[in-house]
Amino acid sequence: MKNKSLISITDFSTDEILRILEIAEEFENNPEPHLLDGKVVATLFFEPSTRTRLSFESAVNRLGGRVIGFSDPNVSSVSKGETLKDTIKIVSNYCDLIVMRHPLEGSSRYASEVANVPVINAGDGANQHPTQTLLDMYSIKKTQGRLDNINIFMVGDLKYGRTVHSLLQAMSPFNPTFHFISHPKLKMPDEYKRYLDKKGVKYYEHEQFTNIISEADIIYMTRVQRERFSDLMEYEKTKDMYVLHNYMLENAKPTMKILHPLPRVNEISQDVDSNPKAYYFDQARNGVFARQAVISTVLGLKK
Amino acid sequence: MDKSELKVTAIKDGTVIDHIPANDLFKVVRILNLENLDNQITVGVNLDSKKLGKKGIIKISDKFFEDNEINKIALLAPDANLNIIKNYEVVEKRSVQLPDMICGISRCMNPKCITNSEPMITKFEVVSKRPVALKCCYCEKITDAQHIVIE
Ligand SMILES: [Zn+2]
Repeated sequence: MKNKSLISITDFSTDEILRILEIAEEFENNPEPHLLDGKVVATLFFEPSTRTRLSFESAVNRLGGRVIGFSDPNVSSVSKGETLKDTIKIVSNYCDLIVMRHPLEGSSRYASEVANVPVINAGDGANQHPTQTLLDMYSIKKTQGRLDNINIFMVGDLKYGRTVHSLLQAMSPFNPTFHFISHPKLKMPDEYKRYLDKKGVKYYEHEQFTNIISEADIIYMTRVQRERFSDLMEYEKTKDMYVLHNYMLENAKPTMKILHPLPRVNEISQDVDSNPKAYYFDQARNGVFARQAVISTVLGLKK
Repeated sequence: MDKSELKVTAIKDGTVIDHIPANDLFKVVRILNLENLDNQITVGVNLDSKKLGKKGIIKISDKFFEDNEINKIALLAPDANLNIIKNYEVVEKRSVQLPDMICGISRCMNPKCITNSEPMITKFEVVSKRPVALKCCYCEKITDAQHIVIE
């Protein structure tokens, strides 16, 4: 996988994904603080995303690498009208790897075509954010001890939420069962339901929380953004229907875990945080291991 | 009148592209870059057609297209057919076939796609030939037949 960029989760085969998760586990158990000695990683954030940037930079630093880059396009040459191609071509000369986030969709794919070094997509608009998917899978594997036959409930904005779409695709080879809980206006798009039909994956749709969440192995919560509703009244009326409260978890499986890509607004009640089933903060920690695995793999330092 | 029409219609050697939707005729001219050819070219538009209502036709003297050159027009004119003329006779009839990849002809319909803000060539995977559906290799969104915009 050396010099192979990671732009979309579908760039990696299922075997390659499994290997990344193994490497992430190796890093969690045995930190390798000198693996990236002498390496320079550029983090180019054409739109701000502090959490994602810090996670990547932590991953590089924990492996002994150095970081250059920018977190605000207003201070970079981008604001002077330079093309993305020129920026990437130049930065390629300064580093061994580019991690980039950009508001335009497809920007990372294009960057990977013009760069002389591998590119890791840290989010291109509403399109892809593959390291999020890998850390979600790592969290599932770590908490459930397996990836196969997992019962996953996805809740919230299933229409625009790219994380649920990518996770759904990446988990499909492992015989999952999906339950989708959302407002009718934010339902899982037909495109992805057709995908599941084609793969023979079972899924069920619900318009509200049901007591069968007691069957869940994973509840994957997402944020419902006000901007998604043209009718603000409708948003106000429905927003509380998709909030997870601690009392709803009484009959949940003891091994069940709640994931959330963060940031959350109010969709997980604060009283859930102290429940051992709440896993979203540990999930963020897993992001560092998953990103260490991706970085060292695309650099050819791990096979 | 009839005589002069006949005169421009008949070509000795070359290619006749028939059954082009009338509305897309000049886009087809552009895709094939005919403006920059020195060959004799006759363009007929708004001719009656049983199949298309109004159709267009293009006749190009002394020009024989390669498959990859001509197949691009299937994007706009999937029913087009080619008559290869040699010495006033039709020696071969061919239909057009949309290729699996399309580069630099249509724009991506996604306004947030990088191809709409960088000076770069678009690239699509043809995910459906009829009706035409193009998947952008960059933003991964589908541009369907109604939204194809020729660059
Ligand atoms: Zn596009």
